[in-house]
Amino acid sequence: MPDPRLELRGVTKSFDDVQVLRGIDMAIGQGEMVCLIGASGSGKSTLLRCMNGLEPVDDGQVLLDGVDIAEPGFDLAPIRQRIGIVFQSFNLFPHMTAFDNVCLAPRRVLGETDGALHPRVEALFERFGLASHMRKYPDQLSGGQQQRVAVIRALAMAPQTMLFDEITSALDPELVGEVLDVLRALRDEGMTMVLATHEMGFARELADRVCFMDQGVIAEEGPPEAIFSNPKADRTRQFLASILR
Amino acid sequence: MKLFITAAVLTITATAAFAAGHCAAGKTLTDGTLTIATGNPAYYPWVIDDAPESKQGFEAAVAYALAGEMGFSDDAVTWVRTSFDEAIQPGEKNFDINMQQFSITEERDKVVDFSAPYYTAPQAVMTTVEVAEGGAKPTLDSLKTLKWGVVASTTALPIVMETIAPDQSPLVYDDNANVTAAIKAGQIDAALFDLPTALFTAAVLLDNGVVLGQFDPEAAENPDQFGMLMTEGNPLKECVDEALTALTDSGKLAEIEAEWLQQATGVPLIK
Amino acid sequence: MSTRRAAYEARQRRRANMIAGVSTFGVLALLLVLVPLAPGWQAVKASFFDGDVFLRTFPGLLQAFVLDVAIFAWSVPLIFALGLAIALARGARNPALFPLRIFGAVYVDLFRGIPVVLLVYLVGFGIPGLGLPRPWNSPYIWGTVALVLTYSAYVAEVLRSGIESIHASQRNAAICLGLSERDTMRHVILPQAIRRVVPANMNMLVALQKDVALLSFIGPVEILRQAGIYKSLLANFTPYVAAAIIFLCVTVPATRYADYLLNKDRNARS
Repeated sequence: MPDPRLELRGVTKSFDDVQVLRGIDMAIGQGEMVCLIGASGSGKSTLLRCMNGLEPVDDGQVLLDGVDIAEPGFDLAPIRQRIGIVFQSFNLFPHMTAFDNVCLAPRRVLGETDGALHPRVEALFERFGLASHMRKYPDQLSGGQQQRVAVIRALAMAPQTMLFDEITSALDPELVGEVLDVLRALRDEGMTMVLATHEMGFARELADRVCFMDQGVIAEEGPPEAIFSNPKADRTRQFLASILR
Repeated sequence: MKLFITAAVLTITATAAFAAGHCAAGKTLTDGTLTIATGNPAYYPWVIDDAPESKQGFEAAVAYALAGEMGFSDDAVTWVRTSFDEAIQPGEKNFDINMQQFSITEERDKVVDFSAPYYTAPQAVMTTVEVAEGGAKPTLDSLKTLKWGVVASTTALPIVMETIAPDQSPLVYDDNANVTAAIKAGQIDAALFDLPTALFTAAVLLDNGVVLGQFDPEAAENPDQFGMLMTEGNPLKECVDEALTALTDSGKLAEIEAEWLQQATGVPLIK
Repeated sequence: MSTRRAAYEARQRRRANMIAGVSTFGVLALLLVLVPLAPGWQAVKASFFDGDVFLRTFPGLLQAFVLDVAIFAWSVPLIFALGLAIALARGARNPALFPLRIFGAVYVDLFRGIPVVLLVYLVGFGIPGLGLPRPWNSPYIWGTVALVLTYSAYVAEVLRSGIESIHASQRNAAICLGLSERDTMRHVILPQAIRRVVPANMNMLVALQKDVALLSFIGPVEILRQAGIYKSLLANFTPYVAAAIIFLCVTVPATRYADYLLNKDRNARS
């Protein structure tokens, strides 16, 4: 990989006495889509949160376009405009309409005026099929719709990289499809993406690379075909066997 | 022997006459004891040092004179403390008579009984040296321009409102101490008290207090007269009034007044 | 269309209503019969429930109550502004603002710990006693300050609990969008926190409406004082009953409204 967009070197992270990440090395290239799979508690979510500095790492480097953002004291605010994140539990602001949820950060952080911002945000809602819902409040939307609004909210900051933390896990099964369609569309655009996911079929279909995490390390990584059809490590085999019954 | 018997009979008769024949017999809360209530605390010069048992102070002295007139020895006088509200609220009372500068009014008289008046109190204007030097005069026109403070449970408020009718509405307080605090804080210019209280407050409680003038009690339509308060329909009233009349007639009351309230002379009348 | 179930429930409801009605009527009847039988009833009635005194004093009391409402009205915005400032000071994370945090904590402990009455006296007489000129020594000003000090301490605690009740994920979402701490508080956390503590604050306002009467201790003739004046002039407690009725006319609907909001909030969240 000549010029990775995001690179992690020897990243470790503990919560109290529990070591959640035990030395992660990985590199994500421009336009690449990487899926993190693994059992709950294997460190996928923590890894994602370390990538945008939401969780400070204990040791190691997180290089965004070659700049170490894990340097203690580094000002993360400008970085966060370049890395969007979407959470499992949507985390929309319940006191604002979907439209205002999306407009808040561009207005306050990028200083965009309503004149330029509104058409742009309306176009985003249009594109993801939510134009008729943008004046509604989060509790008036289904889980799938809320999660799509959360994606739009992150996209409105025009990030270069997007992180997705099990964004379909809290959804009813029939709503998962509409959210995955959004990811497909982003994939087609060439967005650099890292996903923690339990959707193995989806990972197999779209990922450039799949990383299997276990007990805080990347136990095995490779193209989806290799991981799903011909896993090398025992723990990968056991994990896949347990979920692909 | 005969003499002895006669003496004994005379003694017995005299004792019996006192017990059965005196007007207070059987009419007090506790037989043979007169229970008198005062304020909590009781103020100078009505009661000195908040100790009525010492007989020091105008009301304390009047109380013992009255008790003597009614046939109670000094030892037979018991003191209790009540607030104004306790004195007028319905229900059993813990006093025979209550003495704390209660002004006799027609409205109050419907609810409780008052004795004949034992003191006619001129109302006096107390203010500060600063206000007096600022041009305040003992005239109604001048008093109108002042900011007034009065104690809620006294008859001073109607006098301020009706006789002085000040330009600004007066402030009203629970007791003398709060009025004094308000004067110290500069929130009011003047307060209306009965004259003895005004003199005491100006001289003792304030560094810069002066009594500007007094209203002539003889000229007032309803002069402020203090009466002893008793429960409505109290059979003791007749006896108390008799004793008070006797004290007035004998000049004893005037004597006590002269002793304790003498400074009251020499304060200019308000015109 | 009445199902068997609906008919059964309607029967049960009618039965419950009837039992409630009969027992309420019984208790009321007992009160109405027994209380007048008490030996002191006539005296109590004359002192507390004199219709004539009630009618004579009611208009004056109502007029005095306007002052209570006015003091209340100008105190509330000050209380909330100061309460919010204190709540934010207590939550300050920046180490440079640590003194502010300490100040907030001390402020809340101090003013929640002192009875309002004492503060009214201390501030109402004490500060003007330092030698302020008129009109800056007015008991209205310093009495209001006393109320604001006490109630802003309570409101600060309520707001802080509201702020802390907002889930960390909301803050994370805002931070991840690049919002500053300040914008996160202002646009994301506070609007939710304030909404959440509206019922608690409503109860605070009901308490404040009653405590406004404490200003009478330092001079203003509001309803409680006016009732006291009538009481001493007429030697009758009926004006207090009339004042209580006027208070109830305001506080009961306000309390009910607070309960309604609380229930609505509880239902919305369950």
